Order: sequence, then C-alpha cells, then structure tokens
Amino acid sequence: MADQATISEREQKILGIIETARGKRAKFRDSQINMAHGAGGKATQTLIEGLFAPAFGSETLNAMADAGAFEVEGVGLALTTDSYVVKPLRFPGGSIGELAVNGTVNDLSVSGARPLALSLSLILEEGLSADVLRAEVEAIAEAAAAAGVEIIAGDTKVVERGHADGMYVCTTGIGVRDPRASLSPSGLRPGDRILLSGRIGEHGTAIMLARNEFDLDASIESDTRSLWPVVDALLTEVGPELRCMRDATRGGVASVLNELARASTVAMIVREGEIPVLPEVAGAAEILGIDPMYVANEGKLVAFVAPEAAERALNALRSVPGCEQAVEIGEVRTDPPGLVLVQTSFGGKRVMDQLVGDPLPRIC
Amino acid sequence: MKFVDEFRDAELGRAVAGEILSLVEPGRHYKLMEVCGGHTHSIYKYGIDDLLPANVELVHGPGCPVCVIPMGRVDDGIALAHQPGVIFTCFGDMMRIPGSDGSLLDAKAAGADIRMVYSPLDALRIAKQNPDREVVFFAIGFETTAPSTALTLKRARAEGVKNFSCMCSHVTIVPPLRALLESPDLRLDGFIGPGHVSTVVGARPFEFIPADYGKPVVIAGFEPLDILQAIEMILRQLKGGRCEVENQYKRVVPYAGNLRALEVLSEVFELRPHFEWRGLGFISHSGLKLSQAYADLDAELRFSVPGLRVADPKACQCGEVLKGVIKPWECKVFGTACTPERPIGTCMVSSEGACAAYYNFGRFAREREVV
Repeated sequence: MADQATISEREQKILGIIETARGKRAKFRDSQINMAHGAGGKATQTLIEGLFAPAFGSETLNAMADAGAFEVEGVGLALTTDSYVVKPLRFPGGSIGELAVNGTVNDLSVSGARPLALSLSLILEEGLSADVLRAEVEAIAEAAAAAGVEIIAGDTKVVERGHADGMYVCTTGIGVRDPRASLSPSGLRPGDRILLSGRIGEHGTAIMLARNEFDLDASIESDTRSLWPVVDALLTEVGPELRCMRDATRGGVASVLNELARASTVAMIVREGEIPVLPEVAGAAEILGIDPMYVANEGKLVAFVAPEAAERALNALRSVPGCEQAVEIGEVRTDPPGLVLVQTSFGGKRVMDQLVGDPLPRIC
Repeated sequence: MKFVDEFRDAELGRAVAGEILSLVEPGRHYKLMEVCGGHTHSIYKYGIDDLLPANVELVHGPGCPVCVIPMGRVDDGIALAHQPGVIFTCFGDMMRIPGSDGSLLDAKAAGADIRMVYSPLDALRIAKQNPDREVVFFAIGFETTAPSTALTLKRARAEGVKNFSCMCSHVTIVPPLRALLESPDLRLDGFIGPGHVSTVVGARPFEFIPADYGKPVVIAGFEPLDILQAIEMILRQLKGGRCEVENQYKRVVPYAGNLRALEVLSEVFELRPHFEWRGLGFISHSGLKLSQAYADLDAELRFSVPGLRVADPKACQCGEVLKGVIKPWECKVFGTACTPERPIGTCMVSSEGACAAYYNFGRFAREREVV
C-alpha cells in the first residue's frame, strides 16, 4: 500500500509539472519557419505568443481577439488585417478577391464591430494575366458592395515571375464597435451555450478538391460570405447575453473552441452528432482521414450565449438567409479547464485537441 | 454513409458495451493491446475506452508505422531529400516525425523539395511529370501498404520510368509482436489483431500467439462496433478459458490472406537481417528492402545514404510502456526531457501514442479512472 501511495504522489507531481508547462506562455524556439507556423494550430500560437506579442507589448494585441479594439475620442473602433494566399485563385463558390473582403469583414463582425472600410494591398506576379486581375478586382468590388464596406486605400507591388503564385492580397479593415455588444473572449461562464451558424468544412474541402490532387470529384462550394448580417441579427436579439463570437476559419471549429477554452480557462463539451456536415464533405474527409471539425470555413461563426438566451439566439440565427442550419452544439463547463471534450455520436467521450500539423496549407 | 454508418450505430454499441460489462470479473484487471495504430485512432476518435469498464485497459501497441521509424532513418531521408535534383515524396504524417536534427518539414523549409503524397502512384506520376529530376518515394508501413509500393515499383519497371526510386522502410508485424511477447515482464491478457495487415497476411501468422504464448487474439475491423465486438470476443475467450485466433473482421480478412498480394511482396521485397524500431531497438527480420530483382530502383543503392544510426536516448522506456509494464508517467524522461513538442520515443511522437495522449489529456483520463 505504501508503494501505491508513493506512485500516486509521483503521478500527481508529474501532472503538476505538465500543467505548469502547459500554462506557461509558449516560447518560440524553432530555428526556421515551416508550414505548420501558418496553420493556425500549436505552432502558430507559439509564434504569436512567443515572438510577436512580447515584442510589441500591446495590451490590445495580447487580448488575442480577431480584431484589435481601441477607442478614439469616445468612439469604440476595431482594426484587423489579413493576407490571402489561397491556391488556386478561383475555386467553386468564390475566389481570392471575394475571400479577401469577406475574411476581413468577418474578423471585424465577430468582434462586434460594424465593418466600415477596407484597405487593399496587391502583390502581383510578373506575367499575371490582365483578365485574371480584372476578374479579381470585380470580385473585390462586388463583395465589398455586398458587405457594405468601401475600399478607401490601396497599394500595388509586382514581384518577379515565380514569386507570388499569381497574386497575394492583403486587406486591412476598420469598423465601429456596436454599442449593443459586450463581448469578451475571457468572459465565458459555465453553462453558456455554444451555437454554430451552419454546416462546416465546405471551404477547405472545396479548395482541396479544386486543386485536383486527389482524384476525388464532388460538387462542394466554398461558403465564403459576409457574416455581418448574422452578427447584426444576434446583437439585435441577444446583445447583452452574447458573450463571444469567432469565425471558424483556418483550423476550423475545433481550433476556435480550443483557443477560447484556453483563454477563459473553462472546459467545453461538444455533441458531435449535432454538427451539420454535408454528406459530400463528410465523405471526402473520411477518405482523406481529416476531421471536418478542423477544416476551414469562410462564412461560419461560433457564438457563446448565456443559457437563457440560447433559444432566442438560435431563432435569430436561423432567420438569416443561409443560416437555416444553425444549431446548438454544446456548452461551457468548469472541468477540466482548458480542454474541449466531444461527446461522440457513438457514445464515448474524448478530448478534441488543438491542431498540431497542417492538413491543408494555403486555404485562405 | 452507407456500409459505414451501420458500424457506428450508438444503440448497438451500448448493447455490446453491456455484454462486455457482464463478462468482466469484478476485481480482475484486464490489459488488452490493440496492435494497430488504426485501431488506436478509432478508439480515440469514437471515445471507445470511455465505454469500457474501468478495469478493462487498452494498451496502444507498436503498430503505428510512422512513429516506429527511428531517428537515423529520418536523418537518412532528409540527407536524400537535400541531394541536388531530388524530389523527395512521402506520406503527410511522416513529415513531422523528428530526426536527430529536425523533421522533413524542417528540411522542406530549409529548401529541400519534399512533397506530400497520398499514394506511391502519386510519386510515380510526379516522376513522369519531371523527367529531368530524380523522384524518391519514402515507403513506410506494414504489410498493409507494402503491396501498393510493390505494385508501383512493378509499374515503374513496366513503364520504364528511370528517374523513380524507393527508400524502403516497410516493416512486418510478426517480429515486433514476438519481441514483445518474449519479454518476461509482459503484462497483457490478449490482443486486438491488426485488421488491415491481416487483409494481406491473413489470420494464420498470428496462430503462434495463443499456441506459444497463451494469449487470445481477435482480428478486428476499424469501425467502433468492430473494436467493441473484438473486445467482447477476447473477454469471452478469457472467461471461457479458451485461447485462440478469432476473426471478427471476416467481411474483409480471409484466413489465408491475399495470396496475390503476398506473391507480389515476395517478388519485390526481401527481409533485412535487422531493422531498428524507435523505442524498441533492433529486431531481426522485421524490415523489408527491395529484392535483388528490383535493386536498380532502390534509392539507398542509387544515392549515397549516410546510413546513420542514432541511438534512442538510454532513458527512453517506450518498450516498457508498450509492454504495459509501466504507465507513461512512470518513465524517467516523461514530461521533462520527452514532451510532445520535443519527443524522444515512439509513444510521444504520435498524438495518439500512449505518452502523448497522457501528456495532453492525463487529467481528463485520471478523472475517468476515478469515475
């Protein structure tokens, strides 16, 4: 028996060491950048927490939100920026230009800010066809008009052939924080409900199939769209009870949930069976051994609401065209802090971990 | 998905879990090893261990073909990938496996042309599209994937593709199992046999486990119901005092295996005298190389490969963890020198390895044990 006691003491000690190590701010110790640093998972987190955040020492940046919130003479504003390197430039359901507008608009929207204006930087490869460029400029203009934002600044650079895969696009967006919102990524409380605005995994799968690397054929379209109308509906209906929102882009819904569980030191339980996935997406994911929960979306958000507001929030979501499939997928709990658990459709429970590798580079 | 969803039926799962509960003797602890990494993945994905009584413990076996590749072999691959003119192709999960100085992913970042493929045929296609480059395929896996490598090599030969070669790191399943079973301190009660490997080799090669070592084996499929049923069948053998090889995966696995695949394997490959396994050391006749007849497609002969041997750190106790002798946290380097970010042994390399799982989810797992 004495032996038993020593062993469990030792186990306790080791679990303690692990917990301390995990709780510490990640250190960036890699000797070079590899593709995993851009995948939105653990390596990206190491880069941001270990190199960028300490260097810039900004409290706003340290909040690790999708957009930085700041105030100018009493007006609450939000700023965000994003680069788009998707390959191929055009894919079923969208293109790099449309993505560049919607992606930035969505980072503002889920931060509770109404998008006002964008800047546009283009990095073009020598030899890019003018028709391709013209088509993207039109796509950008259309998406901006649809999202109600104006493009008010821009820049153009050209690099030698072989350096930018056609074109890269960078957009910066500014928005005004909506007075109906009181969002905070660390404000999650046990009991809060987790809502998802629709089917997952379509953008990532559409890009993957468009690359023709795997002789798979299915008609799956990217879900790229502006999320502002969705956010607007939520704010109208449940503004004060809305805790936090994230758009589930790179790394998918799983990464968003993990980030927030860590930031709020809460646990989450997700019911896998509730999550809507197109059969074509589920099939492609099955064949390729990818979990749709980790596949990128470009027009889906995850919202956390107080339990008493869950039903109203869900109805508000479903009233927005394109969000008819919105669903409650789980809730926030206390234990084990920082972990996301999944109740699998088969009945077992497991941990849904952060993404470690990169199943699919350059999807946005 | 038809023909898949039927094997994921939660209600049937609960019924089998109930059967399992009725077969378990209170006070007895059962340690069952699932040999195959594919089973480990399904167990993790569907939360199968969560459906088992607390005294039925699943031990993850040596059957993850990626994590058993030793550091020296990764280093050799990286050296090959850095040779001028080479396009180095491998499966995606191989990219992250650490060598002694970084992974293939790091080598790619340092400028080597390393491309992820889903099939050896993709590598052959890349060779045909790039006739002025040398395309090397890093072949890994058990008897499951070896036939597709063999057929690709045969096709390369038939189509006269001169710029294609293979760095063969295929391994066989029986020798590591025997090595585990030979160990005097082994504490396992039975084995969930590898379904995919058995589609090729059949059920026959596992007869030695009950015959020589007195442990039951049930060859299982990969859907959650398959695995639960296999566990139920093992427990039923234990309860009835039987000890034999049973085949739960009859819809796919014939007793004698796939004779045509075996024929191709013996034509294209031959056994190496020894092969090194990460965490397990050298095991005789456990690895494959290209046969004399295919030697011209052997990348290790075509290029100069350093043939490095990087010893696993002495303190690594993956072998003991695999044998079920110690728990992950009882290993001397666990959580200190060996972490998921800087793994030493096979059990920490893969996110589903016993040590990595315990490192990441230990607190959760411990809570479950208490329940």
